[in-house]
Amino acid sequence: MTDKYDAIVVGAGHNGLVCSALLAKAGKKVLVLEANQQVGGAAITREFADGYQVSACAHLLYQLQPEVRKDLKLTARLVSKDMTTIALGDDGNHIRLKPESVEGVSDEDAEQYRIFRKRMTRFSNLLRKLFNKTPPRLGSKDFKDLMSLGQLGLDVRMLGKAEMEAFLRLIFMNIHDEVTERFESPLLKGAISLDAVLGTHLGPRSPNTMMTYLHRMAGDNGRTGSPAGGMGSVSNELAHAARAAGATIRTGMPVKRIIIENGRATGVETEAGERFDSLMVISNADPKTTLMKLIGAKHAETGFARRVSHLRAKGNAAKLHLALDGLPAIEGLSKKDYAERLVIAPDEHYVERAFNPAKYGESSPNPVVEITFPSFRDETLAPTGKHVMSAVVQYAPYALKGGWNDEAKANFLKVIIDTLAKYVPDIEQRITATELLTPADIEREFHMTGGHWHHAELSLDQFLFVRPVNGAAQYRLPIDGVYLCGAGTHPGGGVSGAAGRNAARAILSREKAA
Amino acid sequence: MTIREPVPQGPLKTPFYPRVAEIDTVNQWHEWKGFSSPDALYCEDLEYFAIRNGTGVFDLSPMTKYRVTGPDALDYLNRLVTRDMAKVGVGRVAYAVWCDDQGQVIDDGTIFHLREGEYRICCQERHFAWFQAATIGFDVDIVHETEEIAGLAVQGPTSYSVLKTMGVEGLEELKPFGLIHVDFQGTEMMVSRTGFTADLGYELWIEPGKALDLWDALFEAGKEFKIRAIGTHALELARIEACYLAPYAEFLPCDETVRTGRSRSPLELGLEWLVDFKKPNFNGRRALAEEKRKGSKWQLVKLDIEGNKTADSAYIFSNSKARGEAIGFITSAAWSPVCKQNIALGTVKAPHGKPGDTVWVEIYYQREMHWNREMAQATVVDKPFWFPPRRGATPPGPY
Repeated sequence: MTDKYDAIVVGAGHNGLVCSALLAKAGKKVLVLEANQQVGGAAITREFADGYQVSACAHLLYQLQPEVRKDLKLTARLVSKDMTTIALGDDGNHIRLKPESVEGVSDEDAEQYRIFRKRMTRFSNLLRKLFNKTPPRLGSKDFKDLMSLGQLGLDVRMLGKAEMEAFLRLIFMNIHDEVTERFESPLLKGAISLDAVLGTHLGPRSPNTMMTYLHRMAGDNGRTGSPAGGMGSVSNELAHAARAAGATIRTGMPVKRIIIENGRATGVETEAGERFDSLMVISNADPKTTLMKLIGAKHAETGFARRVSHLRAKGNAAKLHLALDGLPAIEGLSKKDYAERLVIAPDEHYVERAFNPAKYGESSPNPVVEITFPSFRDETLAPTGKHVMSAVVQYAPYALKGGWNDEAKANFLKVIIDTLAKYVPDIEQRITATELLTPADIEREFHMTGGHWHHAELSLDQFLFVRPVNGAAQYRLPIDGVYLCGAGTHPGGGVSGAAGRNAARAILSREKAA
Repeated sequence: MTIREPVPQGPLKTPFYPRVAEIDTVNQWHEWKGFSSPDALYCEDLEYFAIRNGTGVFDLSPMTKYRVTGPDALDYLNRLVTRDMAKVGVGRVAYAVWCDDQGQVIDDGTIFHLREGEYRICCQERHFAWFQAATIGFDVDIVHETEEIAGLAVQGPTSYSVLKTMGVEGLEELKPFGLIHVDFQGTEMMVSRTGFTADLGYELWIEPGKALDLWDALFEAGKEFKIRAIGTHALELARIEACYLAPYAEFLPCDETVRTGRSRSPLELGLEWLVDFKKPNFNGRRALAEEKRKGSKWQLVKLDIEGNKTADSAYIFSNSKARGEAIGFITSAAWSPVCKQNIALGTVKAPHGKPGDTVWVEIYYQREMHWNREMAQATVVDKPFWFPPRRGATPPGPY
């Protein structure tokens, strides 16, 4: 006896939840199957030490789309919003970056930053418009595709001649060239460089890091927040919305395969051997996992399978969680500054040098770090008086030479603590428990190929019309009945919900047209 | 000090080269996938008539060959090519085409089901990268074995008698597109009833070390049966009479095209019979199903043309005045000595080119330096020009 659904969503990551909620709202009978015990995928809150909770992977909210909030009536209460980025100086002289201004730098830099950010806002708005749309098919003569392409061209043109030229020049550039042309403050150059490369296998001098910077800013124009109860609360709210709309969500149900019969999807089979029937299977898993593991490449055509197998998805960001017996002291910070986002990226060369070893499968001896103390404003996350530090650390290449064994992890942990100690001298004494998640751990725990945040590298050759690959950029695989809704699709990773929403809309409008 | 292997200079020589070169009197050679191959050896016409009246022997060792083995070999091939390979049993050979995801032909060739789960793909072009990419998701091994097997085409009405005289056993039951493994002087030889001439004929496949012995035994046995070595020009004429397709003539391997619309689908090449839509997945299936629904852009035609001027490179028009745009062009043309017909293969825009249609071919020809133009009427025919009953007769008759 098997159950029959209108749609089965494989994976209850935040995009899977958004997609299922919207489909359920449209009257579909939706089943969501999640491998882990918790919903949320990489957007979860979990205990990592007795009494200490943390957002286990993604930890800041800077991209959740207003359209998603509106469609699902989300509140997503933030304990910190419009967080300032404080670029730490080792001498206690820090600089503070806000979306429109920067403090702690020369007047010239401050003015340049204002101009830079104004332009970036204009460009990232352009990108944000694209975030919530299905990319048009290239080479198609379909009216909708042509209109959509035309609109994109028009939007670029509407920037005005000078700005259009700047856009077309900048979008292919690397962030290093832009910051060195514009600024003198090493901390400022370092902090902006870091924003361009977080979560990618790219250094500031890598091609198209201007685009990755804009991508990060496009979510909410650089405004960053920290949700109450950690990222898990966002996912829980999404799951609630999906359930309220009638979707069934079952956790602890890893899907073994998407069943393809006679060339089309007919359902899924779980690891436990249970079978669920549906003529529509939507995968929240990354494209490689979806095709190579869940479907089987032999069910696709050769060119398509080859493209998917060539997708670059090698994570380079590690996640560090520290349980602290109190707030550590950082010279030059006031008490309330602990609610902000702190970064260790002292200059643009430091960031590039941190990346260099990663090219050869080695972790950074001097890593870049993005630090938050989520418990500072949210006491539910740690016992009274105690604190949690959540940090993203780069670079920790997925394919580390020799593999991420215990020794390699212990060594990298020591490197990070030593790096932190330069800015936070008493950090080591404060630590009562640690958890370090390398990309290998992230891959295993969150089922993302390469442990990559974005499911597939964010780069121009894997972006927009060709994300994840040509032939699947409209959320639909060239295998009947199989769809994608995860970060591997347009517009990519970050807790934005855009991919899930776009996928649901593409599916529904396709059905309408049929 | 390391001593390096000498790198061969110039075109490679096939295992039969010493014998072929010995016969050669005209010294016309071309390069075929790195090997020297003769255009002709002494007289194209005599070589051609050997195929139709005696036995023509062609050195096809340069043909590209890949061995496909492994538990998923059948599934792999079934996804690779358009026809259903499950219907091709052990000891059978299948003509097949393979397409890219857009349903455009990459190449055609023959697939030999050598033994249970063991296949050989034989084709003109090289496709290792594509065949390798196609292994993703399959437990299968692809080995390029072009140089490990020497091949001879033995084609013509007396070919059966020649091989029988040489001592090949089991030919009586060997049907067209069948293959058998036989003993040749203590070495295993594969004999398939295949060829490029649409006549009674066989292809012999053996390890290169035995190539010269095989050649000698064959020509010894063929003494009484008008056996002759032939070059590619003679074979090409027979090929056109048989209406077989040739890459770079009737189609371009789609991975070699740059401009859109310059490749062809199997449907446009008259190969719909090779496309099995009952298979749930094969490369090009989605695109071909769409093409079948919407209609193809091009249509391959076999043309019977009036007069005797060969229509090489000619434009095809729908009217005798060459008004308007040409509807297509000739891809291969010849005067067929055996059919006494002016024949050609061409490609025309659909819906032109249905069997029985009349079209006009604009032929340019030169007479003593001066060029002349002739609009020749042509009829689209359904069947190949040359397809004698002896090709299919089992057992074949002794000529």
